[in-house]
Amino acid sequence: MSENPSEPETGIPAIDATGLPDHMSEAEIRESAARERREKLRMFLTNWQGLTGLILVTLFFASAIFASWIAPYEPNALDVPNRLSGPTWEHLAGTDQLGRDTLSRILHGGRVALKIAAIGVSVSLVVGLILGMIAGFGPRWLDSLLLLLFDTVRSFPTIVLALATVALTGPSLGMVLAIVIITSIPQYARVARTATLTLRNTDFILAERSLGASMGRTLLHHVMPNVVGPLLILAAMDVPVVVTVEAGLSFLGLGVLPPTASWGTILNEGYLVIRDAPWMVIAGGIPLILTTLGFTFLGEALRDIFDPRMGKGR
Amino acid sequence: MLYYLTKRLGLSVVVICLVVLLLFSLLHLIPGDPATIALGPRATPEAIARYAEKMHLDEPVWRQFLIYIGNAATGDLGLDVFSDRPVTAIILERIGFTLALVAAGMGWAMLLGIPLGCLAAVKPNSWLDRVTGVLSVGTIAVPSFLVSIWALLIFAVHLRWLPAIGAGEPGDLGDQLAHLVLPAFAIGLSWVGYLARMVRASMLEVMGENYIRSARAFGLRPRRVIFGYALRVAILPTITLIGMGFGGMISSTVFAEIIFARPGIGKLIFDAVMARNFPIVQGAVLVATGLYILVVLFSDILIAWFDPRVRESL
Repeated sequence: MSENPSEPETGIPAIDATGLPDHMSEAEIRESAARERREKLRMFLTNWQGLTGLILVTLFFASAIFASWIAPYEPNALDVPNRLSGPTWEHLAGTDQLGRDTLSRILHGGRVALKIAAIGVSVSLVVGLILGMIAGFGPRWLDSLLLLLFDTVRSFPTIVLALATVALTGPSLGMVLAIVIITSIPQYARVARTATLTLRNTDFILAERSLGASMGRTLLHHVMPNVVGPLLILAAMDVPVVVTVEAGLSFLGLGVLPPTASWGTILNEGYLVIRDAPWMVIAGGIPLILTTLGFTFLGEALRDIFDPRMGKGR
Repeated sequence: MLYYLTKRLGLSVVVICLVVLLLFSLLHLIPGDPATIALGPRATPEAIARYAEKMHLDEPVWRQFLIYIGNAATGDLGLDVFSDRPVTAIILERIGFTLALVAAGMGWAMLLGIPLGCLAAVKPNSWLDRVTGVLSVGTIAVPSFLVSIWALLIFAVHLRWLPAIGAGEPGDLGDQLAHLVLPAFAIGLSWVGYLARMVRASMLEVMGENYIRSARAFGLRPRRVIFGYALRVAILPTITLIGMGFGGMISSTVFAEIIFARPGIGKLIFDAVMARNFPIVQGAVLVATGLYILVVLFSDILIAWFDPRVRESL
């Protein structure tokens, strides 16, 4: 529960910037930084996991953004004579009970996933970053209070929390977002807090403080740039979780509501006709797996390259 | 140890209280009459009056909260809206199915994952290590509810090897076990990956320690060194992981129970949410969360027992 602030092993790579040897000129420093960047790029390009991840993630973004242009049909267009048809040249991934084209629905479902992932991850990252820095830099009692809050949220199994809330408010996209954000804030906040605690007593922060910099300025200009790196890696690894929560809740009928196409609603409709139309749950699951695999591969490759210590103890 | 125990227990009590408060306030935060919300739009005025009286809705909110806490502490979680049976009795009836599923899922994951991680660590970069590495990333990335759906499709619908739905005939152990296989497979699969990976990482660290070298130098057989000495220390972070991952396990259990129509707590909560049967939702969510907090508490205490350094960190 407590991270010793004076512990030298921090896992925050950027702090080293202050510890450069004095005899290096500015040009030399710049060149060594450029060399390091080239080295990291080379490491990334030779890492098959990272490359596969990058390709899958690009595919996810591209198919979601250009869904309307790629999709052969409108997602809700009915083709009643061909209802529950298997994969054919006309409908590559078959059709559902209403004769809607599964492939088109999958492509449009990617949009919902992208929307939730983008909003959910960025909001929880920003809020987690702020709360974590406050916990790490603020007074002791505030730190304990925030930690307790994070622990409480974390000790609520996500789906159970979602079920309890939806029981009262009814399903909606906003509810899914709220659940995603609330449950993922603590992990960002914890990482940000640990990083802030280790920065708190470093020389350059102490110097900044003694020059009379305000708390806000110190946090915004000096602490944040050093904390945000690990959080971005965490964000890449958080996308699969968010996408899975959305698909899962929509599968249970507690998230995105029909007739809107989402991977979860496709799986739900497929589950109901699993005996007659197995291609729906197969086709509906593949993009989900590719997306989660892609972001996991990418996140792990980035972590291994930029922040090798973070991988330990996970 | 005693100091740690008191502090850790205190924290759990606080978390439980917050959870109860959250569950309780859910009903009151929503605009509208709590009785109407709890009983749904079809409730008769008499039922609403009866419910209001039973739940002490005419009392001030803080009194209601105290009454709710008092009742919950003595095991009285209210009455089912439809059958008027005590919620506690209904939960006790169902919880066995959930516990059996969680135990079976975690059990096979541990039996496979821990030795796999061990063997991968003993021979790094062997083919087994590589296969384990790819396998663990793969299984971690695949959402467990999708594993449930696909397992249902492949083994129950397509191959017809195993029964698809229900928990088996009461009293027929073989039938019940057959019904347990698929859901347990589905919720355990990603844990095989987690455990293998975690055990591998900590084993690699431990195998470099001096006392392992001494044990080898004494001429102990490799098997004894690995399983008798190294694994005992390397297993510690894994215990924490299992404890903390229990929340995720509950979430995947909810999905598995719904998909395989298994009458456990998860299915109970889901059905109650769908029927807006609020006393059941409240009670079952409380029990599920309480169970989770207990497991985390237990694993934390176990760790503190093994590793004295942890005791000072709270």
